[in-house]
Amino acid sequence: MASTAAVAAPRLPAAPAKEPTGLWSWITTVDHKRIGILYGTTAFLWFLVAGIEALMIRVQLFVPNNHFVSAETYNSLFTMHALTMIFGALMPLTAAFFNFIVPLQIGARDVAFPRLNALSYWLFLFGSLFLNFGWLLKAAPDSGWFAYAPITTLPYSPGLHMDFYVLGLQVLGLSSIIASLNFIITIINLRAPGMRLMRMPIFTWMTLVTSVLIVTAMAVFTIAVTELMFDRVFGTNFYNTVSAGADPLLWQHLFWMFGHPEVYILIIPIMGMVSEVLPTFSRKPLFGYNVMVFSGVLIGWLGWGVWSHHMFATGMGPIADSFFALSTMLIAIPTGIKVFNWLGTLYGGSIRFTTALLFSVGFIALFTIGGISGVMHSSAPSDLQQSDTYFIVAHIHYVFFGGTVMGLWSAIYYWYPKVFGRLLDERMGKLHFWGTFVGMNLTFFPMHFVGMFGMPRRTWTYGADQGFTWLNQLETVGSFVIALSTLVFVINLFTAWKRGRVAGNNPWGAATLEWSIPSPPPAYNFREIPVVHSRMPLWEDDPTKTEGIPHGRVEEETEQWTLAGTPVGEVRDVQDENKMSAHDLGIHLPPPSYWPIVLAAGVTSIFVGLIFRRVEGPLHQLWYLMFAGVLTTILSMYAWAFEPGH
Amino acid sequence: MDSSHALAAHAASPAHIDTSTGLDSRKMAFWTFIGSECLLFGSLIATYMAYKGRSLTPPYPHDITINGHFYKGVLNIPLTSFSTFILLMSSVAMVFALYNVQRGVRRWSAFWLFMTALGGSIFLGCQVYEFTEFYHEGMTLQSNLFGSTFFVLTGFHGAHVTVGVIYLITLGVMALKGRIGPERTLNVEIAGLYWHFVDVIWIVIFPLVYLLK
Repeated sequence: MASTAAVAAPRLPAAPAKEPTGLWSWITTVDHKRIGILYGTTAFLWFLVAGIEALMIRVQLFVPNNHFVSAETYNSLFTMHALTMIFGALMPLTAAFFNFIVPLQIGARDVAFPRLNALSYWLFLFGSLFLNFGWLLKAAPDSGWFAYAPITTLPYSPGLHMDFYVLGLQVLGLSSIIASLNFIITIINLRAPGMRLMRMPIFTWMTLVTSVLIVTAMAVFTIAVTELMFDRVFGTNFYNTVSAGADPLLWQHLFWMFGHPEVYILIIPIMGMVSEVLPTFSRKPLFGYNVMVFSGVLIGWLGWGVWSHHMFATGMGPIADSFFALSTMLIAIPTGIKVFNWLGTLYGGSIRFTTALLFSVGFIALFTIGGISGVMHSSAPSDLQQSDTYFIVAHIHYVFFGGTVMGLWSAIYYWYPKVFGRLLDERMGKLHFWGTFVGMNLTFFPMHFVGMFGMPRRTWTYGADQGFTWLNQLETVGSFVIALSTLVFVINLFTAWKRGRVAGNNPWGAATLEWSIPSPPPAYNFREIPVVHSRMPLWEDDPTKTEGIPHGRVEEETEQWTLAGTPVGEVRDVQDENKMSAHDLGIHLPPPSYWPIVLAAGVTSIFVGLIFRRVEGPLHQLWYLMFAGVLTTILSMYAWAFEPGH
Repeated sequence: MDSSHALAAHAASPAHIDTSTGLDSRKMAFWTFIGSECLLFGSLIATYMAYKGRSLTPPYPHDITINGHFYKGVLNIPLTSFSTFILLMSSVAMVFALYNVQRGVRRWSAFWLFMTALGGSIFLGCQVYEFTEFYHEGMTLQSNLFGSTFFVLTGFHGAHVTVGVIYLITLGVMALKGRIGPERTLNVEIAGLYWHFVDVIWIVIFPLVYLLK
């Protein structure tokens, strides 16, 4: 804001000002960096939980006719593995980076609505706990993450299993929508002076595309789930195909209208992260920045028109099948453009093979394999052969593990020093990379073959005479290789936190604004809001990196004054100024607030209360918790609106 | 007091709002929220339209003869046309409210805010009456496909109107206490965006549900 003028002559404080610490400061925090850390740690814990669920699945499938877990538990295991990975781990891990990195990349002091940001975190925490609470009652969701109605309606799923699904995901969906609204406005409205849209770092761009997808797709999902909730809790007929004449495909359409954009929600941010890592370690600007931006937007756009390729087996007829097959194949074009541009970025660069780069290169290779098998079953006749076999499991894991997880690990190695001020250990990192890379291919590549041999997915066990045994054993061994390398990763994360090498502002020599400030960044991020002249503010003075690259050099300026009314200056590589607090520098930051957590608790109580409506016995009375939730929600919304200082 | 001066300065010359686009973040967020709401309502309306005329059992929305048996339609089109008219007129009141807030006329601001809320309340009253009538005629959430889709779609809209009425009454009370001056125009403008949006959605729902046979 107007503080640029106020900091012209900062008075030096007597003693280093400390940021408040302790539990209460984390509960009431509205700082995007702290919320990012909260998101990251919570999501990483859910990643480990979902990983253990996956290991149990693999142990069950190690030998034919196994009884390691019961068939019912197995159903819950694969459902909760998917739900926890998607809504508990991967989306929130990307949200952690949106939170921490995006405001720094665009030169902002915080997100547009700091309290809403805290609210979305607390909703995520409560929602994910609520969703997993089913395990304790032996009633975890057990229908697969797609929860096809009518099989999930009351007559066919009588227990509480699917109630945890419909109610828990409402909370998580709300959290995602609120968070994404915030990111959209932050990116559009809080950019530093001179940061035009086409100068934004590519990760910020991809965050914008993802957020738009979440705001739109999650709304459809909310309605699909609300209708199922009404069916289960209030006895409506949306999915009652037997006595009311409902359409059995309604849920599938609504669900995949969300479900397919969801796939892009999970991969587009990763494309952004990789597009930051590759230029940094190739010492070259991103190849074809404009095309990268537009192909990202195009993927998001086309992602809305392909949902029915999940439904070829339902018999929609040749016209719908052809349309969705063609639109799905079209997505290969912008995705292919991205892959070639990543290779173009590496080509001719002076590459440093850090762990972050290895993971990014691994991402390109594995994601391409996943993408190509995706093009295979975009063709309807071919899909009919592959539908509901392990071939599909192989495909989605090449996209989600080979793509999303590899990219996220790359991003963690890349940005960990910015977040915690210390570098992760490179030797452990390389071990982690090779273990993950080998383990990942050992686990998921054989699935292509067992799928083609006819092994159905989501099936509890298989016969000894079916010929699936040795490939399944290979997969299980691979999954434990992944688990061990993840253990290395966890050790690395912990040891580096206190004992890693001190990073300094810009350990990688990267080009974007987040590297111009201390690591970890001070509460106010930028002492002076930087003024941006090019896409690579920190590389501007280095012609060797930007030679011959359009937009690499400082462009001819049209605007000579910043929005704050001060003349356009230079981006300074600010030295360690972490000693001064925002107050010392006269920077206004929003005060902490406990209303986000109260409001989140209120909203969650509404849905927790609804679950007791279906519980028999004395606990039934607990459904009045819903009204307590409504009351808390209304009261805290008023308190929120009238809270001073915001 | 400093902050209110700053706000007044911003309101006086919106070009100086310190954002990349020059637009206020709250307003932009609200437009984005409305975009998301469009998909919420869009999915509900799509469900309604997909199930239109597919109910296997009475009651039916419009007069219909099936296998020589005549069923009287439940929808009361004159009543709903009236409540629709009131809801649309409340949007006009909203415009007056905003105009008076911008001019800083305290009493008229409050008056028109309350008038808007009153319009919404009359609409809600009609909806409550309509829902009870349907209930007595044997149409419930559980009775058939029409009941489920109708009640959830119009009820979802009614919930939005309820939130809007509470929102408007809150603003009206604040205006009466003199806490909404010209410097707080944006608060009323955003409430107006919400109110007009709820109206526009009803303009889509009303013909599709009530008029289209």
